[in-house]
Formats: sequence, C-alpha cells, structure tokens
Amino acid sequence: MVYIIGLLTLVFLVLTVMVIARLRNVVKGVNSGTETRPENIPSGNSWNANLFILFTIFSIIGVIGTYIAAEEDFLPAASSVHGRRLDDLFWFSMGVLAIPFLVVNFLLFYFSYKYQYKPGRIATYYPENHKLEIIWTAIPAIVMALLVFTGWRAWSDITSEAPADAEVIEIVGKQFNWIVRYGGVDDNRLGNYNYKLIDAQNEVGIDLTDENSLDDFTNNTEIHIPAGRPVLLKIRARDVLHSVFIPHMRVKMDAVPGMPTKFWFVPDKTTNEIRAELGDPNFDYELACTEICGRGHFAMRMRVIVEDEASYRKWVSEQKTFLQTYPEYLAKVPDNLKSKAMKYLPENPTAPATAPADSTTAQEAGAVGVGASASVR
Amino acid sequence: MSSLETGIDITKVHDDDHAHHEELSFWRKYVFSEDHKVIAKQYLITGIFWSIIGLGMSVIFRLQLGFPGIDMSWMRPILGQWLDETGKLDPNFYLALVTMHGTIMVFFVLTAGLSGTFSNFLIPLQIGARDMASGFLNMLSYWFFFIAGVVMFISLFIQTGPASGGWVVYPPLSALPQAMPGSGLGMSLWLVSMALFIVSQLLGGINYITTVINLRTRGMSFNRLPLTIWAFFITAILGLISFPVLFSAALLLIFDRQFGTSFYLSEIYINGEALPNVGGSPILYQHLFWFLGHPEVYIVLLPALGITSEIIATNSRKPIFGYRAMIASIIGIAFLAFIVWAHHMFVSGMNPFLGSVFMFLTLIIAVPSAVKAFNYTTTLWRGNIRFTPAMLFSIGLVSLFVTGGLTGIILGNSALDIQLHDTYFVVAHFHIVMGAASAFGLFAGVYHWFPKMFGRMMNTTMGQIHFWATFIGVYLVFFPLHYTGIAGFPRRYYTFTSYEFTKSFTDLNAFVTIAAIFTFIAQFLFLYNFFYSIFKGKKASKNPWQSNTLEWTTPVVPGHGNWPGEIPAVYRWPYDYSKPGAKEDFIPQTVPHSQTPESNLPHENEEIAIEKDIEAQNFNDQFRNAH
Ligand code: HEM
Ligand SMILES: [Cu+2]
Ligand SMILES: [Cu+2]
Repeated sequence: MVYIIGLLTLVFLVLTVMVIARLRNVVKGVNSGTETRPENIPSGNSWNANLFILFTIFSIIGVIGTYIAAEEDFLPAASSVHGRRLDDLFWFSMGVLAIPFLVVNFLLFYFSYKYQYKPGRIATYYPENHKLEIIWTAIPAIVMALLVFTGWRAWSDITSEAPADAEVIEIVGKQFNWIVRYGGVDDNRLGNYNYKLIDAQNEVGIDLTDENSLDDFTNNTEIHIPAGRPVLLKIRARDVLHSVFIPHMRVKMDAVPGMPTKFWFVPDKTTNEIRAELGDPNFDYELACTEICGRGHFAMRMRVIVEDEASYRKWVSEQKTFLQTYPEYLAKVPDNLKSKAMKYLPENPTAPATAPADSTTAQEAGAVGVGASASVR
Repeated sequence: MSSLETGIDITKVHDDDHAHHEELSFWRKYVFSEDHKVIAKQYLITGIFWSIIGLGMSVIFRLQLGFPGIDMSWMRPILGQWLDETGKLDPNFYLALVTMHGTIMVFFVLTAGLSGTFSNFLIPLQIGARDMASGFLNMLSYWFFFIAGVVMFISLFIQTGPASGGWVVYPPLSALPQAMPGSGLGMSLWLVSMALFIVSQLLGGINYITTVINLRTRGMSFNRLPLTIWAFFITAILGLISFPVLFSAALLLIFDRQFGTSFYLSEIYINGEALPNVGGSPILYQHLFWFLGHPEVYIVLLPALGITSEIIATNSRKPIFGYRAMIASIIGIAFLAFIVWAHHMFVSGMNPFLGSVFMFLTLIIAVPSAVKAFNYTTTLWRGNIRFTPAMLFSIGLVSLFVTGGLTGIILGNSALDIQLHDTYFVVAHFHIVMGAASAFGLFAGVYHWFPKMFGRMMNTTMGQIHFWATFIGVYLVFFPLHYTGIAGFPRRYYTFTSYEFTKSFTDLNAFVTIAAIFTFIAQFLFLYNFFYSIFKGKKASKNPWQSNTLEWTTPVVPGHGNWPGEIPAVYRWPYDYSKPGAKEDFIPQTVPHSQTPESNLPHENEEIAIEKDIEAQNFNDQFRNAH
C-alpha cells in the first residue's frame, strides 16, 4: 500500500516539476526570444511531444507498480464454484484487453512524439486504406465473439435453475438490515408470506396459516450456509430496492419489492477453512447491500457463516422457531393447525389464548391481500 | 425584428451588409437572443457555472471517502445543517451530494454545456447557414434549460435537501418520501427540473436536425459535412428519440408520488405501514430510465468525438483517416446505443435470457468504437503535429476513450458484471470513458473555437499546463478506483468502515482524494485563462489554426447572419490537409477544384464540371427569403 502511495506520489511530483520547469522555460523563452518557430506553431511544441514520452514511461511504471501493490488487497480467490470460474474469466478478459490498452495508448503517445511538427516536413496525405480498416474491424469482432461466447456460457450456467437438492434460504432486505428465514427445524420448507402481515415482530410477514411456516425461524444478524452443496437464496425486499452482495462468493442480486428474485451458488470453503488459509482467525465472510437504499445503505452488514453439513444441521436444529420466540402469534394459526403448532411453542406457553391486540387487523389485512400472498417454495 | 423586412426587394438585401437591421436592445441582443452564437455562449457560461458546483460537490464527498469522518466545520457556512456537531458530513447529505453531482455533471454540464454549446455554435457556421432554422425555438431551448437549472438550484437549499436516490433515482426509494428526506420536496423539484430540461433538449434537438437537413449551403452535401456536424446531427436524433422516454418515466413517477398510482410500487411495508399499492414494477422504471440513460452516455460522448475528429485532423495537418468509416461508426454506435440499455440491469432480477441478449448487443458496440480509436491513431501517423491545447485535449480524449472503453467490455459481460456491478469498478469505468473523455472534448472545443467565439486567443502555455495537470490528474483519480472495484468496494457508500472487506485501501482512498483536489484546483487555471482572454487575450486572426472548415471564412467576430455578403459555396470535403502538390498544407472547403489543378486527384478533376451546378444552386439563404 505504501508502495502505491510512493509510486503515485513520485509520478505526481515528477510531472509537477516538469510542468513548472516548462513554465519557467516559457518565461525565459519570452524574454530571450530565441525560438524561431513560425507563427502557427504553438509555443512549446517539442516540449509537449517529449512530455508524451515521459508520460508513457511513468504510466507504464505506475500501472505495473500500483497493480502489484494493490493486488495484495484484492479479494482472496472465490469461495464458491462459479466464483472461481468468474475470476478466471475476469482475469482472462483483462489479459486480453490489456493488449489493446497498452498498444493503442502507446501508439497514440509515440506517434504524437514522433510526428511532432518539424519545419519543412509535409504530412502524408493518407485518407483511407480499406484493407487496413477491414482488418481492424474484423479483429475486434472476432475477439468480442470469443469473449461473448465464454461469458454467455458462464452466465447461462450461473443463472440456470437451481438443483433440486439446493438448501433454500430466504433473505429479505429492509432499511437498514437483512433478515434471513430458514425452512425450519423440522420440515425445512419455507412457509408462505404476505407483506400485509408484517409487523414489528413478524418482520418478514410469515403467513402462519400455512403449515410449512410453523417451524420457520429467522435471524437478522447472521446467515449460516452449508458448504459443498448448492444454496438457493430467495431474495426479496420490504421497502425499497436493496441488493444482496457476498463479495467472497461473487454473488450479487437485487432485492426488489414485489418481485422475488433468486441466486444459487455452491459455497465450498467453510469459514474455518478460509480462516486457516488466510491465517486470519478473525476473518468472516460478509454480506453487503449494493443498491442505494437510503441513509444506512453503507452499513447493512450481515455475517455469513459457512459450515460443513453436520454443524450446519446442528445449528439449524438448535434455532428457536418464530413461534417459540413470539408465542402470542399462536392466535394467528388456524384451529386445524393449532395442535401441530403447539409443538413449536416454548415449554410453558404464556397464555396463548389471549389474542394480541393487532390480530384482528392482521387477519383483515390477510384477507384483503388475496393474490399478494405468495409461496416461496 | 424580422417582420420589418417583408417586402424589401430581395435582390438588394445584403448589399448593405445588414445596415437596415435596427440595433437590438441590450436584452434582445445578449439575454433573450435568437442568435445561435449568443445562445451557444449562454450554454457555455451556464455549463461552466454548473461544472464548478458539480465538481465542488465531488471534492466534498471525496474528502469524506478519503478521510472518513473528517471535520468539515470550516465549510459550515455552506453546508450548515448538513454537518453534525462534530463537523461530520451527514450520511443523507452524502447521498444528496452524490446524486446532485451525477445529475449536474451528466445533464447540465456535459449534455447542455457541451452539446448545447457546440451544436449551437458550430452547426450554422460549419454548414454555411445564417442561423438556426428557428431562432425563437432555440432561444426557448436555452431558457427552458435555464429554468430547469434554477429549479434544481433551489432544491439544493430546501430543508429536506435535494434528491438523494442516486442520479438514476430508482423507485421505490425515490417514490416514497418516507424512505429518505431527499425523496420529499427535493425529489419533486428534481422531477420538475428534469421535465423542463427534457423540453429544452427536444426544442434544441429539433432545431439542430432541421438546420442540418435544410440549411446547408450550396455544395455542402452530406459527404462533405465535417465530422463535428455528423456527430451533432446523430446526437440530436438520439436525444430526440430517447429523451421522451425519460419524460414518460418521470411522469409515471410523478403519478406514483402524487396520485397514488402503482406503476413502480408493489407490496411495500415501510415505516410501520403496509402500503396499498400492488402490481407495479420497479424494474419497469429501470427499463424506461436506461432507454434514455444509455443513449445519454453517447449523447455526451459523440459530440466530443466529433470535435476531436476535427481538431486532430487540423492539427496533424492530415485528413482524418477513414472519413466514411468514421461516419459509419457514429451511425453504428448511435443505432446500437438504443438496444443495449439493459446491460445496466443484469442483476436487477430481469430474465437472465435478456441478459444474454443484451450482453451480445453490448459487446458489438465495441467494434465501431474500436474503429474510431484506430482511426484517430492512424490520423496522427506521419502527421506534422501542432500541440495546441485543443490538440492535446483531443489526444487525451482518445487515450481516455480507449482506457475507459476497454473496461466497458468487462462490464458488458453479464457474467463478470455479477461481481462488478455497482462497485467502484463501474465508477472508474464511466468516469474515464464518459466523464473525463467528454469533459476533454469540451475543453478541446473551447480552446479550438475560442477565437471564433470571442475574437481573441487563449493563452497557449497556460492551456498546455492545464492539459497536463488535468490529464495526469484524471488518471491518478480514476485509475486506482479500478483496484478498489476489483476488491469489491460498493459505490454510493458513505464510508468504508462498516465492513471488514472494505477496510483495505485506506491510503489509496486518501491518495485519490488528494489527486481529486489537485485536479479540481487545476481547473481554475482554465477559468482564469478563459475569462481573462475574453477581455484581454491576444487578438485572433481570421483563421488562426489554418483550418479548412467554413466557420473560418467568416469575419474574426462573425456578426448577425455570420457572413457579411453571400454565404460561400462549398466544393470539397473538409479534410484536404497536406495534399500532395498543393501550395499550402490546407485547402479550405470554399476553394473550387478548378483552382487547384496541381493537387487534384484524378476523380476530383471530374468534379470541376459540376462546380457550375453548385454555383447555380439556390442560395438556401435564410436572409434571401423574406424573414
Ligand atoms: C474532479 C472530478 C470528479 C470526481 C473526483 C468525481 C468523483 C465521483 C465519485 C467518487 C463518485 C461516486 C460516489 C459514490 O458512488 O459514492 C462519483 C459519482 C458520479 N460522478 Fe463523478 N467525479 C468527478 C467528475 C465527474 C464528471 C466529469 C462526471 C460527468 C459524467 C461525473 C459523473 C458522475 C456520475 C454520473 C456519478 C454517479 C452518481 C450516482 O452514483 O448517482 N463525475 N463521482
Ligand atoms: Cu440496502
Ligand atoms: Cu449503458
């Protein structure tokens, strides 16, 4: 990092000095009137030509130097299967594109230097060359075709339907945190939801009239995912747009109110593994928001914990279901499911019969929101 | 004023060089002027005003990014309530600044300031017309822009602050006043301002198109048009087709905000309340917005490329290489610009199949763009280059266009965009290719046509220093941002201290901020040079760059109607520089082939025969017809 600063400062300084030197030179030039350039040639013509060469040299050093220095701080190799494919594709494309970047910029600056004004020289009248033009239309076209093809293959694989054995986890964005919901301690199936059922406790609008909802549980600080198996994120937003971003997994998908989205991937490095690999016992995967969503957009952090299957299962089975946390919601469970729901209540249910104050409104809302109640399965 | 002349014997008009025009009042001459040259200057000055504000904002939020939590108390007189007690910038205001910076730079500076200035100034002068097709609409166009600016300016000072949802103002964030303070009155003003701005663009655009089609002088066929005009012409068409779509997007947003419709809103629970709206789609807005938004980047870039073509040819003393290929690539880019918009939406949740289609179309655009870059480079080859400030900025533009364009190929790849979307990689990409490149076009244009605008020269040395400081500065600011983008830093973040993965690069961010301040300060060199030279610059000659195009055949300061006598006829293309055999290294468009037998190419000798026809043509002179 220090190197970056060092190098860039150097470039910065040298060029500033050059400019100042140039300035002084001009002042001198004005005084002594030595230059014998025709009126139409701007003052300092050759100076500017030389500066292009200097600029080229310094920027080559700068680009390579800063790249080497910056590389240490790039993200570690992706911890997901598709992520590593994307990394390869990214660096391959960057490699291909580095060629025109260097060549065209170099030629541009070199020609500027080489063909600077010289008294008596006449520029070459060279208005076109069809062969040349066809060649340099065809080459980018071929390269593009190659890049499109590789990109398209990766994209279709990544966006294909999730495998049937994927672990389905719902993630909901709101101002300004994420909430995850799991299919449950027993049935591992997400129940329905309805945004009209949302309230201060039921933050994701779990619809308790659906049998599958009864054992669902939520978490708004951590998301646990199993390693070595596809994970399907069912993504939605409560208020405004958000975007799920797990940088180390190369995962990103917008969360859209009213339009559930999804993204599946195969994480294959547990948190413990990557901690060992990086030699950093405090390392954590993180989940961020990348769609501007208001004041707290920059701080929607959620910890991502990747575990092996066994400890993941164990963690799931230890979670407190939603009903366990808020037993008063038993009132919203229809009578035919009540007996089943009792199972997910705390040992001594605290007066499940007394309905919470807002239950009627919620039921009403549920009825109004026909059609809006969606299945996430 | 014009009604007075109706009935004057048309053959006598102009013998007296407009002496019959009564002096216009100050207001009609400089304020509510219908003269394209005055309107162009109005656009330019207004654009400069907005660029100072827009760039100043970027310095403020860059300070926060480079030095998180920095004490800005010394700016309290300007920022007032937006600083907390300790002098820290408020996160909401950070977003407001970013949003206003983006809106101002894209629309007010580079659309109005660049295209408005040079389309207005150069179209009549370079095609040989007395003025725009409709001076009145042209005047209206400026004043709509002006009012749009006033409304936006007012929004900066209201209690809840200006619009803050990013320059794209995606709903629902922008639709719900309860979502953030900036989505209240500030957002309404943003929408009003943009609606006015769009009207201004449409009035301007219709005028540019009509003028180019109808008012070209004798002999100025489309294949003799300078590339600047081609670029302005195509740009105007782009704007005319795409701006109305933004207008509808804004209109529907206004409906959702004010009248309870649900175009963009569905299933929202906010502030403890479930809203009744169902069935709308935020994605719809994104499609509509980017249907303008993508062409918009070419609306700002194409005029810059046109200006560059002209300047590079003139100062290399060579014809632009591949004139026809340049026109074809402008048209190709413009056409493709309409069918790539959804590359901004790869991870918005739209159907992945669309993603594949848009990736394919997007990468095709690279081909005409590459052709342009190669053609510029080849134009320099074996030239005899004069490094005027305009030429330097043009070369800089090509470099930035290449550098920024190449990262576009990465971002246009839907698979790679998954990781890079909405990170600093995007910020680096579009600042280089659209922000800096177009700004360089603006600078190049001002340095090059300043003598025609104000009859005086700008200081060359100061211009050269301004170029080097800006060129180096821009690379120092934006190149390192690629690194933070690759490291996954998301954009529109108030600070990078909330995540472990963004804790690196603190030095780099500080460095970028310092470079940004340096670059910003360097612009005052330009401002000084500009305003000083208007009044005190060296007097210009008629054709200081020894250029071929028509504007240099007008008097040093062209008056009303541009040419005192008849409008000159045009006999050749604008790029006859360093033609073998010719006495001088340039042959203006007004010189007939019959006068240059020594340098004519074989097929050009045939053109001598049609010179008579050109001369016999209708003058196409607005002043000849009673007006
Ligand atoms: C001194 C020069 C400039 C600096 C330092 C600068 C800096 C920045 C930065 C750091 C951001 C991202 C902020 C964030 O996402 O949190 C930004 C956004 C932006 N800038 Fe600039 N910028 C400069 C000039 C320009 C120019 C010339 C343009 C013209 C196109 C421009 C257009 C934009 C746009 C459109 C955005 C996006 C706004 C948004 O996210 O809604 N900037 N600028
Ligand atoms: Cu968010
Ligand atoms: Cu685009």
